[in-house]
Amino acid sequence: MSSNDLAIAVRGVSKSYTIAHNAPNHTTAAEALIHRLRHPLDRPAKETFWALKEIDFEVKKGEVVGVIGRNGAGKSTLLKLLSRITEPTTGVIELYGRLGSLLEVGTGFHPELTGRENVYLNGSILGMSRKEIERQFDAIVAFAGVEQFLDTPVKRYSSGMYVRLAFAVAAHLNPEILIVDEVLAVGDAEFQKKCLGAMKDVANSGRTVLFVSHQMQAINSLCSSGIYLDKGRIGYMGDVQTTIQHYMSVRQTQQLETTEIKRPGTGEFRFTGFTTDKGTYLSTDDIHLDMEITCFGQTQPGYFISLEIQNTHGLPVLHLDSRLLNQEYTRTDLRRLHMTIRETRLAQGDYRITGVICSTGGVIDRLEGGAEITIAPILPYPTRRNDCASFAAYYPDFEIEEGPDAETTPRLLVENSAS
Amino acid sequence: MEKTAPTTTKPLVTIRPSTGWAALNLREIWQFRDLLLTFAGRDVKLRYRQTAVGVLWVVLQPLLAAGIFSFVFGKVAGLKSPGVVPYFVFSYAGLLGWQAFSSTLSKASSCLVGNSQLVSKVFFPRLVLPISTVFSTLIDFGVALAMMFVLMAFNHVVPTLAILTLPLWMLLILIMAMGIGMLAAALMVTYRDVQYVLPVVISFLQYGSPVAYSVVMAMKKLPPQYQPFYMWNPLSSLLEGLRWSLLGSSAPAPDWNWVVYATICAVGVFIWGAFGFKRMERKFADVI
Repeated sequence: MSSNDLAIAVRGVSKSYTIAHNAPNHTTAAEALIHRLRHPLDRPAKETFWALKEIDFEVKKGEVVGVIGRNGAGKSTLLKLLSRITEPTTGVIELYGRLGSLLEVGTGFHPELTGRENVYLNGSILGMSRKEIERQFDAIVAFAGVEQFLDTPVKRYSSGMYVRLAFAVAAHLNPEILIVDEVLAVGDAEFQKKCLGAMKDVANSGRTVLFVSHQMQAINSLCSSGIYLDKGRIGYMGDVQTTIQHYMSVRQTQQLETTEIKRPGTGEFRFTGFTTDKGTYLSTDDIHLDMEITCFGQTQPGYFISLEIQNTHGLPVLHLDSRLLNQEYTRTDLRRLHMTIRETRLAQGDYRITGVICSTGGVIDRLEGGAEITIAPILPYPTRRNDCASFAAYYPDFEIEEGPDAETTPRLLVENSAS
Repeated sequence: MEKTAPTTTKPLVTIRPSTGWAALNLREIWQFRDLLLTFAGRDVKLRYRQTAVGVLWVVLQPLLAAGIFSFVFGKVAGLKSPGVVPYFVFSYAGLLGWQAFSSTLSKASSCLVGNSQLVSKVFFPRLVLPISTVFSTLIDFGVALAMMFVLMAFNHVVPTLAILTLPLWMLLILIMAMGIGMLAAALMVTYRDVQYVLPVVISFLQYGSPVAYSVVMAMKKLPPQYQPFYMWNPLSSLLEGLRWSLLGSSAPAPDWNWVVYATICAVGVFIWGAFGFKRMERKFADVI
């Protein structure tokens, strides 16, 4: 690779943060003062946390790169380093071109200022010159569709209008390298489509784009290559399909407390293991769940297992109960259960699985959000069209057939002649 | 991935960890002048939004302050103006410089914490923020100064040649306020205590500087052993100088030895503030 067509080079970049532990929890300043006087040499234990560790990659000019990873994997830190908001702890980043970044929609919008004033304010905050904004002003306003309200303070805007205007400014940013954090998750479906379209235009215009999103569908359709970040390191880097597959295949494990369990329930039995086989599933995938149940109590009632799958709003969307299968358990030693949930057909999004051990006497253990899974935004139907995706909670299996003689005899006529 | 790729083109920007004192990078600030002006414009526009009399407050504020001063110090405490002008005009002239100082200081010091959203989400040279606060102070000063000339005309005060030194006094007062303001702003990112300490310091300085009275009056009342301390406050000479430039023979002239001292202080504080700010800048986004 000749370095002439390089856009971004990241070499050995790490970023650490210091986090304090055992900081005394004082509610009043007086308490804190008394503590300080009594223990003048007390310092909270500090720990260095590496948000990014030894990151190396290069992006060529015109490449559109999707950055994916779980929450806390370091995606936002990476974007902040590239946009120079914060400095790396070690390593060097080289940028071959003017960089513009959009880490949040509507940064710097001021509620008291009018729509017009905010366009200028936000535009220059994002790095546009006054002339550039003037030239693009009409296009921005038309994109947002807020012509009538240009001279109204944005505090009186509906939240939809606010977000539209904010995104419109950002969509007209024209840097050589564009960095975009999760910003498509705003607005209604209609506007999201528009945003995705705008992003596609940017991607097709030959500019270099680094794009963070949890929406695999968006990543898949926009990006040519991908970077999968895992706990501050590069887990995989390559073409976008393979990167997404890597991301999806990583098993979500969560360490459960096994002693001093403070969960609700009477506690004769407790979940001591609760893991799914993957972290991200397709709507049509089977979910395999391994549970480990340990007996702690002296009295041993029979129990049954009940699972709730909740969406991000906490609404239980699926309920699975072992009684429906006529299964009740009485064994008192450690036992492992393997559960298969076939074809959930859940809509895209994040879900929490809550496990409950119950008896006729009530709840024995309730493991709130024991596992967290993501359903990838890939429709279970044989289509690749994004614009048919709705925001339903569930995608049932369905088919449509044509009835016999559909076009020859209109139904209404036949009925009339019969009577 | 080839780490040893020969670099034929130089990167536009190289980001690497920095340590110690850093250059101010004035060119970068110049590149962001549009943003600087936008911030300044925002502050000016925002100040009197949803107020009934709007811009009139710019005129009313110093007049009201001078009114309170002439009641408390002129009537209750019985202070007299040293020259021929009424006490009201004398204290108004003092307040002119004082308000430029205190409003620059308090606005500059809160510029980072007040814009924390921007600091943690957007890149721009951070020095743009404190610098942008100066503009609204300058506008206020301009309006208050026009009012001052009206007052002088009413009281038949003819400006002397001393008025030519007015921009110099103003500049020194502003850079000193900016210097302290930048340091306070940078410290406030980590220690919000500054937010609470600063108003106390400002009100202490207001009474400890020759705003309501002249340096001569202070020297008469103060025991001799405290007199040097009073002059160690650089504001003493600067405020006295600004008032003298306006009122000429109706106000006492500053002591020029102390003016040299105050000038060194103001420039020194400004340089210290700018470099200190720059030095602490790198952790703003992480801590704020």
